[in-house]
Amino acid sequence: MYVAGVGMTKVDRHYDKGFQELVYLAVKNLLNDVKEYSPQAIVVGNMMSSSLYQQDSLAAVVTDAVGLRGKGGFKVEAACGSGGHAIAAGYALIASGLYDQVLVVGVEKMSDYPTSVVTLALAQASDFEHEAIYGASFAALNALAMRLYMHKYEAKREDLALWPVRMHEHGSQNPYAQLRNRITVEDVMKSAVIADPIRLMDSAPIGDGAAAVLLTSEDVVRKLTDTPIQVAGVGLGSDGLDLASREDLLKPISIVVASEKAYKMAGIEPKQIDVAEIHDAFTITALLSIEGMGFASFGEAWKLIREGRFVAGDKPSLNLSGGLKARGHPVGATGVYQVAEVVMQLRGDFPGVKISKAEIGAAMNTGGVATLTSIIILKR
Amino acid sequence: MKISPARVWREKNARYRLEGGRCKRCGKLFYPPKTACPYCGCLEVEKTELPKRGKVLSFAIEHGVPEGFRHQAPIIVALIELENGVKVVSTLTDVNPEEVYIGMSVEATLRRIWEESDEGIIIYGIKFIPTE
Ligand SMILES: [Zn+2]
Repeated sequence: MYVAGVGMTKVDRHYDKGFQELVYLAVKNLLNDVKEYSPQAIVVGNMMSSSLYQQDSLAAVVTDAVGLRGKGGFKVEAACGSGGHAIAAGYALIASGLYDQVLVVGVEKMSDYPTSVVTLALAQASDFEHEAIYGASFAALNALAMRLYMHKYEAKREDLALWPVRMHEHGSQNPYAQLRNRITVEDVMKSAVIADPIRLMDSAPIGDGAAAVLLTSEDVVRKLTDTPIQVAGVGLGSDGLDLASREDLLKPISIVVASEKAYKMAGIEPKQIDVAEIHDAFTITALLSIEGMGFASFGEAWKLIREGRFVAGDKPSLNLSGGLKARGHPVGATGVYQVAEVVMQLRGDFPGVKISKAEIGAAMNTGGVATLTSIIILKR
Repeated sequence: MKISPARVWREKNARYRLEGGRCKRCGKLFYPPKTACPYCGCLEVEKTELPKRGKVLSFAIEHGVPEGFRHQAPIIVALIELENGVKVVSTLTDVNPEEVYIGMSVEATLRRIWEESDEGIIIYGIKFIPTE
């Protein structure tokens, strides 16, 4: 299985664009990335079209947006992890032999509503009946994990400000990123409190975006591109919908399980990964992802970041796009952006911070507080 | 969105009495109640009422609240460990945000948790207050 081509729309507050215009731009960019194109089915990653826009049947919105009326498809929902799971579903359609070209599109619109309305919609990623109904926001649930992390591992608040500073540095060089300004540790520490200890600059911004990935079987890939990237591993995992019943909030089993499966399928160890895009909706999410994927022991990620690990050229180089923090997090589209970015890193044509001669990449996307995780391993 | 009476009614034991689950195979207790054991996967679980006292394991002072909760801001969201080790996510009330700390002793109390609109149902549930 291969990725034949990718395309993205800059993440932004696109007040002049709806679902179809965002998808159209991403697929137009994909068309410039492949020699030919005739997908037989469409899979859409999206979280909130139903809760915010009263729009289901989203695959039909996509097919009409890009002139593919008649082709079948469906939407995949795994909250903020919808995009990565859409890639997994596209993989399955081809691996089964049903199709040999599947277009996976991630799309999300968030910017039309006040923050409180988006906050309520995002809270649907948690256990609504037992968490959100008490008024607990998604940020507050992540803040529970962040405070516990700092308390248990004796990390200072300042130490956890280093990650967003680095993400903005990367984002400043990515033309597709929503936030392109550089920030300092002091900026993070002084930014508005969202759910203490989480501040505004620990959090991914609200934005709109679409990304597209064309998956193909080995039989047809050479007709479509001269630079195919292999999909070498796919792993999925889950944790408790609610946080209360988790045995250890700081050891997210969804990430551990998805990693093991994806690494085994690809025949690799985590130390072989050259470049990865990981899910950092909040700074704490980055730490749990780094540890859950085996790039650091539990409790050590914050120290390694302070020591300068995971920068461009390190193994692995993490979130050269700017991550969710700076590239942006159009929630259900993010996992597709990540795959597109890692593909470009492996081909050497990512238009921002990039590394040379990367052979193995990973895209890690999760919905909820690491509740539903997908990991995609890509090889040059 | 208008929450139906049936939706609120069927959660009453979990939400008003802190009723959780107990696995008939591994014996572990958990909250909220589930139809299967979250730890061993056993499908035979029974309902059990949980203790009403515990301590704060972690907390968040939530200023950016979801639509419909503005009058409650800031909301103190807490992860609480009950006396028997079962954990609960709820909110703290009758306490200053600055006075909350990890390890603080708390006990359950029945309060309003959500008024979805001026017309709909008022939803009650368990919040926690300091014991000292
Ligand atoms: Zn059990």
